[in-house]
Parts: sequence; C-alpha cells; structure tokens
Amino acid sequence: MMVDGVEDEEKWLAAGIAGLQQNAFYMHRALDSNNLRDALKYSAQMLSELRTSKLSPQKYYQLYMRAFDELRKLEMFFKEETRRGCSIIDLYELVQHAGNILPRLYLLCTVGSVYIKSKEAPAKDVLKDLVEMCRGIQHPVRGLFLRSYLSQISRDKLPDIGSEYEGDADTVNDAMEFVLQNFTEMNKLWVRMQHQGPAREKDKREKERSELRDLVGKNLHVLSQIEGVDLDTYKETVLPRVLEQVVNCKDEIAQCYLMDCIIQVFPDEYHLQTLEILLGAFPQLQPSVDIKTVLSRLMERLSNYAASSTEVLPEFLQVEAFSKLNNAIGKVIEAQADMPILGAVTLYSSLLTFTLHVHPDRLDYADQVLGACVKKLSGEGKLEDNRATKQIVALLSAPLDKYNDIVTVLKLSNYPSVMEYVDSETNKVMAMVIIQSIMKNNTQISTADKVEALFELIKGLIRDLDGAAHDQVDEDDFKEEQNSVARLIQMLQNDDTEEMFKIICTVRKHILTGGPKRLPFTVPPLVFSSLKLVRQLQGPEENPFGEEGSTTPKKVFQLLNQTIETLYGVPAPELALRLYLQCAEAANDSDLEPVAYEFFTQAYILYEEEISDSRAQVTAIHLIIGTLQRMHVFGVENRDTLTHKATGYSAKLLKKPDQCRAVYACSHLFWVDDQDNMKDGERVLLCLKRALRIANAAQQMSNATRGSTGSVTLFVEILNKYVYFFEKGNTQINAAAIQSLIELITAEMQSDSNSPDPAADAFFASTLRYIQFQKQKGGAVGEKYEPIKV
Amino acid sequence: MNYLIGAFKPACNISITFADGKNRKQVPLKKENGQTIMVPLFQSQENISGKISIEPVLGKKVEHNGVKIELLGQIEMYFDRGNFYDFTSLVRELDVPGEIYERKTYPFEFSTVEMPYETYNGVNVRLRYVLKVTVSRGYGGSVVEYQDFVVRNYTPPPSINNSIKMEVGIEDCLHIEFEYNKSKYHLKDVIIGKIYFLLVRIKIKNMDLEIRRRESTGSGANTHVETETLAKFELMDGAPVRGESIPIRLFLSPYELTPTHRNINNKFSVKYYLNLVLVDEEDRRYFKQQEITIYSSCEENT
Repeated sequence: MMVDGVEDEEKWLAAGIAGLQQNAFYMHRALDSNNLRDALKYSAQMLSELRTSKLSPQKYYQLYMRAFDELRKLEMFFKEETRRGCSIIDLYELVQHAGNILPRLYLLCTVGSVYIKSKEAPAKDVLKDLVEMCRGIQHPVRGLFLRSYLSQISRDKLPDIGSEYEGDADTVNDAMEFVLQNFTEMNKLWVRMQHQGPAREKDKREKERSELRDLVGKNLHVLSQIEGVDLDTYKETVLPRVLEQVVNCKDEIAQCYLMDCIIQVFPDEYHLQTLEILLGAFPQLQPSVDIKTVLSRLMERLSNYAASSTEVLPEFLQVEAFSKLNNAIGKVIEAQADMPILGAVTLYSSLLTFTLHVHPDRLDYADQVLGACVKKLSGEGKLEDNRATKQIVALLSAPLDKYNDIVTVLKLSNYPSVMEYVDSETNKVMAMVIIQSIMKNNTQISTADKVEALFELIKGLIRDLDGAAHDQVDEDDFKEEQNSVARLIQMLQNDDTEEMFKIICTVRKHILTGGPKRLPFTVPPLVFSSLKLVRQLQGPEENPFGEEGSTTPKKVFQLLNQTIETLYGVPAPELALRLYLQCAEAANDSDLEPVAYEFFTQAYILYEEEISDSRAQVTAIHLIIGTLQRMHVFGVENRDTLTHKATGYSAKLLKKPDQCRAVYACSHLFWVDDQDNMKDGERVLLCLKRALRIANAAQQMSNATRGSTGSVTLFVEILNKYVYFFEKGNTQINAAAIQSLIELITAEMQSDSNSPDPAADAFFASTLRYIQFQKQKGGAVGEKYEPIKV
Repeated sequence: MNYLIGAFKPACNISITFADGKNRKQVPLKKENGQTIMVPLFQSQENISGKISIEPVLGKKVEHNGVKIELLGQIEMYFDRGNFYDFTSLVRELDVPGEIYERKTYPFEFSTVEMPYETYNGVNVRLRYVLKVTVSRGYGGSVVEYQDFVVRNYTPPPSINNSIKMEVGIEDCLHIEFEYNKSKYHLKDVIIGKIYFLLVRIKIKNMDLEIRRRESTGSGANTHVETETLAKFELMDGAPVRGESIPIRLFLSPYELTPTHRNINNKFSVKYYLNLVLVDEEDRRYFKQQEITIYSSCEENT
C-alpha cells in the first residue's frame, strides 16, 4: 500500500495516536488497579501502534514520543510491582510472552531498566541481553527508534566507573561495549535505509535519513560521556571501533556525519593524541564524502584549541600535529583522484590556518602548505570554479591576516606561485587584499627586492594579464583599484637614497607595463615619490663628490623625464604638462637650470602640439605662468625666451576674456617680489594695457553681437592688478592711471548698453572700499593713495 | 452430579473419596460438556485407594447383584463416538449380591497401578482415567458412578538432548541457518536459538516461530490428522541483510502444551513441531518445520 502525500500521512499519524491513547487509557486503568496482566496486555497493544510502516521518520517520532511518555508510567508501575513482591526476574520473563516482537522488546527494555536498578543482576548482563535481543528488529526506522529507546533508558545505568552500577574490574569495558554495539547496530540500520525502496525516491530517503542521523550520533555522545573512557581507552578501543564501523559501512551520508560527530563530541586533546588514527581513516572513506568540510572542521577545532591556551602548544609539537595533518591531506588528495579542486584547496586553506595558529613561528610550514597546493594546482591549469577561487583567496589572505605584514608573507616562496593559478579577476581581488593589508598596517616595504616581489604579486592590478581585454570592467572598480596602486606607490619609502632610487626604478619598470589606461593613475605617484627623493638628495651635505654610479638629482630627473614621456602614448598631455611643471619646479629648487629649462620646453611642446581644447589651454597657460613666475634658476636669456613664449600663448587664446585674463596674469612674470633683477615695471604696464585693450575689444564684440556690452568684471579684475602693482611700488603704475580706470568702469556701468551684473558690481564696490581703506590708513600708504578719488 | 442422579431418580447415591484427597494435587480437567472441574492428579504406579459410600434414597432398601469398582483407562475417538477402548481395566468386587438398607461404606485400593499413558484431551481423541462404581441391579438398571482423575507421568531429563541445527534455503534466493538449543523441551522450558542469514535476496517482511501440534488418530485409511498452531511468536520485524543473526527466546509456559505422545496404544499420536516462517513483502511464506519433543519434567514444578 503506497500512500504518498502529507495529508494521508497526517491521517495515519492521527489514527496511530488515537489507537495509542485508547490503549494507554486501558493501561492506566490496569495500573491504577494493580492489574499486572491487563497492564501488560494493553501496553503491548499500545506499543503495537509503533509497528506501522506508513509514517515518515518525523511523524513516527511523534508517535514514538507519546509511547515513550506512557512507558515511563509503566516503568514506575513495574518498580512498584517489584516492591509489592513480584520478582523482577518473573517480570522480565513475563513481558517476553508477548507475541509481537516490537511491543515485546519495548517492554523488555522497560523492565530491563527496572531490573538494572534493582541490582538483582549485574547491569552489564542485563544490558548485553537487551542489546542482543534488539536484533530482532531489522526494519530500519523501527529498529533505530527501539535502539534509541534502549540507549535512552540505559544512559544513566551504564556500569561506568563511579556509577552506582559499576561492576568488576572490566566495568568500563562493559559499558563501552554496550554502547559501541548499540551504535554499530544503529548505524547498520541507518545505512540500510539507503538501499531499500525504489531508486526514484532516493532524495526523499536521504532527507529521511538525515532526519534520523542524530539518533545514531547520540551514541557517540553517550560514549564521550562515559567517565571511564580515558585517553588510553579512547585510543585503544573506542576510536578504532567507531572508525572501523564508519569505514566499513561504506555509506557517504553516514561517513560524513559520523566523522564530524567524532570530531565534535570528543575532547580536543583526545583528537590531538590520536591524530594518526583518526586521520588514517580519511583516505578510506568513500570518494563522494565531503572530506574537506570534515577535515576542515577538525583543523578548525584544533586551531581553536591551540588558541585557547599557550600551555597546550607543546602538545601539538610533541605529536607533530602539523606533519600528520599534512601527510593525511596529501594522502586523501592522492587517494581521491576525482576530488574537485575546490576540496583540495579548502583542505590546504584549513591546514594553513591551522599551522598559522599553532606554529606562527614556522614560516616553512606555511610555505610547505602553499607548495603542496601549487603542486596540486599545477595539474589543473587556471581555476574555473568560482568557489575554489574564493577558497584560494581565503588561503592567500590567511597569512596576511595572521602576520599583518606583507613583508613576512613575501618570504613565503610559494605564495606567488599560488597566485599564478587564479584568474586575473581573482588576482586583482587578492592584490587589493594585499594592498589593503599594507595600508591598514602601515607596512614599510623598504627594499627593491621586496618591492619587486610585491609588484609581482599584485600584477593583476599593474597590467592586463593573459592579454585578455576586459571590456566590461566596471569603470569605478578600475579607478578604485588603480587608486589603491597609487596609494601603495606612495607607501614605499626608504631613507637610504640609493635603495629608494632602486625602488623607484623597480616600480617604474612595473607600472610602465600597465598600458595607457593605468599610466595616468600610476605615473603621478611615482613622479611625486621621485621628487621626494630629489628633495632628500638636496640635503646640505649630500654627497659633494658625486661618487660614480651614485644617485644624483640629475639621474632622477632623467628618469622622470623618461617616465613622463610615457604619458604621450596614453595620451594624457595635460597630466604630463602638470608633471613637467612640477619637475621643473623641483629642478629649480635643485639649481639645475638646463634641467628646468628642458622640462619647460617639454611642457611648451605639449602645449603647442597636444593641448588643443581651449579650456584646457586656459588651465595650462595659467599653470605655466604660475610655475614660471616662481622660477629663479633661469638666466636672463632663458627666462626671456620662456616668458616671451608664455605671453605669446596668452595672447593667442581663443576667447577674449581668457586672453585678457592670461595676459594680465603674464604681468606677474615681470615682477617677482624678492628678486630685484626681475622687476620690469614697464613690461608689467604693457601687459596690463594690453589686457585693457582686449577687455575693451571684448566689450565691443559683445555689444556688436548681443547688443549689450556685458559685464565689467574684466575691468575690475585689471583694476585689481593695477592696485596690486601700485602697492608693490611699480613706478609705471600711478594713481592717475588707477583714477582713470575707475572712472572708465563707472562710466561703463552707467552706460545704457550695460547689462547689470551684481557680482561685478559687488566686486567693484569692494575694490573701491579697499582703496578707501588704504587711504584712511594714513602714513606712507595713505599718502600713496591720497591722489586717488573714489 | 447429584442433581443428575436426582433427575433419573436412582435408588441410591454413590460417592467416591480418595484416601489422600485433601493433600493430593488437584488439576483442572475439561469435561465433554465444556465444564472444567478439579480432579486429583496421579502418576503411574501409585496406589489409588479410597472409600465408596452408598446411601439409599428416602430410606428405601436397595437390592443389588453385587457392588464393584473398576479403574478404567480409556481412549475415546470422537469420530467413532461411543466406542471406548479400555487399555487398562482393573476390577475390585466390593460386595456380594444383597440388600443395602442404610449408608454403607466400602474401602477400595488399587495398588501400584500401571498407568503408562497420560491423560489427554485432544481434538479428535481423548484419553482418560476413571473410577467406575457399579451397583448391579436386575431391574430398574444398575446405578453407576464415575470419578475422573488425571494421570501425568514425569520423565527424567533426557540424557541425550541434542540441539537442532540446520541450514536451509532456496537456491540463490535465501539461505539461512537456524539453531534451537535442544530437541526435547519440558512444558515450562525456554527455546533458545538463533537464525543466521547467509544469503538474502528476497525482501523479507517478518519472521515468526510457530509451535504446531499434530494429532493423528486411527490407523491406515482411517487416519485422521489434525494440526493446530498453538503459538505464533514473532521473531523478527523487517528485512535482514546477509550476516545478520536473530536471537530466539521463546518461553513455553504461556502455551497449553502437552507432552509428545507417540503411538498411544496404536490409537493416536501427538507430536509437536517448531515451524519457522519467513514472510516476504508479497506475503509469500517460506517455512521449515522441525519436530521437537515435549515432555513433562519434575523440574517444571519446582
């Protein structure tokens, strides 16, 4: 009778419960009237409900629990019955008269419990009889529950050491044997479930089996609770016996669950002392068993144990835990040729975590693990499996997390080899992890060798790997990554200039392989890092004799020049221009005129040839002017050339306002505050006048095209320049000129064609206020401003 | 009894009492009419003695042609109703013909009576022992009174009592080996044993051990065989696999067994069998029947 469906099952359960309750009712009546005969009759009938085959384990459990409760009452009754003079031995026989085996055995176990408590027979004999008799139930579910019942009623009655049921010298053995036997039989029944019933119900069956697994596992728990099971007993008897059963049952679900159970229920120190035996079982398990999870959990437990107290660490050394685990994993991987790479990697990852916890001082162990992993990976090629890659990341992150120091990790010679086997995506992830670790811990990486190794590790970020173009790389992610690299470059620092130069060369070598997309991110930090070196080299006593081959600012600048050139190919002319200007300024500080001139030349060439966008030009010209203004290294000729060029560029800007602003900015090129030889008031005035002309032209153009003259902002700005130079003492700029400019602006503002511009008005007003303020200051300044009327 | 006699209005009442009636063990005995009465229990070669008292009714005198008591061992076949075969018949004359005026008592004794067979109440046959008192009368019929008693003969434990061990099976389908610890069991004995599964290719649902009684009566063409299953004891629930060993422990005391009887007076035999039955999921039965001997032993009463 095949009945599927939850509904039907509910019905069967309800019927079972009803039958059970009815008989329980009659049983209670018999118990109340001390009627042993009826008690036995109705209890047997009640228990007959458990003979059903129609319930799933879950439902059967519900029925079982009800019967269990009733049996407790019956047990009490039996106990009273013996007090009333009924011999327990007779009772023990009497219940065996029941014709049906299942009720008979439940009753037998129940009386057995009373029998042991009576101590009329040694507990071990009764237990042995019970566990033997239970063989009569060969049906997996019914057998498991019956034996579970036996286990339940016997738990507190084992002839354990110190228990009131303790027997002769061999008592622990008896207790152990009983539990082991019950465990073995239960496991057999449990495994057998797998092979009964039609193949199409495999999934359902596996689900049912997993619902029942704790019944089996409970026995191991009971074993672990036996006082008398000390390390020796565990090592000599318990573990070998349990493992024998686990290995021999050849069942995937059971092996996986029970191995885990063993690991979880017995104490850590037992595992440590029996590692060899325990590990020896792993290669014998079925190939489909998820060994990696189980072994990982073992290593996790041991790691935690090691972490719990430093006192236990010598134990680990004493039993050579690492080499045993290492061997075992090797064997498992060897034995299970079909194990997915994920499994192997997970195992290595766990082992690495373990050794990092237990032997933090043994880098060679960690390296050994990585080496083994490389060996395994080498047979596989690049990883495709997502989860395996994740595990690799975990594996590679573990040493970083532990040591918080990439320098230590770089000592692991196999570390980079492992990185070889991950795809470029993962390589990037890993590289990010490494960089973040460096950032977080502010790790000093101070030699070129280490830098070389490091960049080899993070090459996923440095360049495109395997030539694969990743078009769909997220732009934000890419920026994030490259910014990280940039930050990393800034972290590299060594006070020894020779070494630092080497570091820079190493970094340069790597980043130049990065291609046009990366260079704009990586070149600037390198440039600034180099400039920092230059400043270091400028130290007062720095190497006066210029030892052959030693690092000089010149050499650095040469390198810089070449480095910045690489941006041409990107192309990133604006960036290159900025960097040239930075370098020029640094060369200026180093008093290297030709170098500075060269940098300017490069910047000008870029300006002329590469920067065509008018807005970019405006920015560039202002940068050029700003930098040039601060240069003091140039001789008159060079300076003239550069200044002249700059002024020329300014006048050729496209938009009039831009032109105007660039030109008046140029005025500063001829007036450098601290240097008297660079104060050419006439040319300043020329620039300003030219700016005025341009502003005027802009006004007119505006008037012609739009019918309004537009803002007076430009005039106000020029006015400010006038005031500035006037104040600086440029004799070419006099009060009259300022006065006439003010009047011009005022007139403009009042003209009909002027469109109102509050910002310009405010700007003008505050400029006038400033002049007013200066006038009222009195003294020399006040006197100077006196002629200006506002 | 008295009521029945009263109904027929016999001339006198006869009562039979045993000499050690107060101390002797009484056992239940099922009568033909279904009633169970308690009767004394004897063994072979015991002395059976007691007293008969005859009391005329209503003070009348009773004329008779003599008073006798017989001890009869009878076998009664139900299909041959009315025919008793007396395998034992002993007679004691108690009185010569005469008249009885008042209650009169006669002692009687059968010493060391051979009673080789045990009382048996079967489906088709009955073996009984009875004391029969007859007051012979020429007219009006004789007055007869019966007193049943039960005979049980204890046998000492057999000196040879081998276990029953056997391997049976169906080729490539099922091979089992079973063992019962003895071949002869007393009535309160326990059958201990085990079944070992050597090969299991069928899906077994359960396994029972049955105790069967085979009663055969008559001989030759008139043989009647009656088989009853007295016990059906489940040994195993579910399907075992190769290598499993299932224990047997069957207490005989709850069942109404008798000793094995072999060819009692050429009239009948009662034999016992242990029938091991395996039932598969299609309710097919596979069984193996083995004879065991049941005997009564003094042990069982201690």
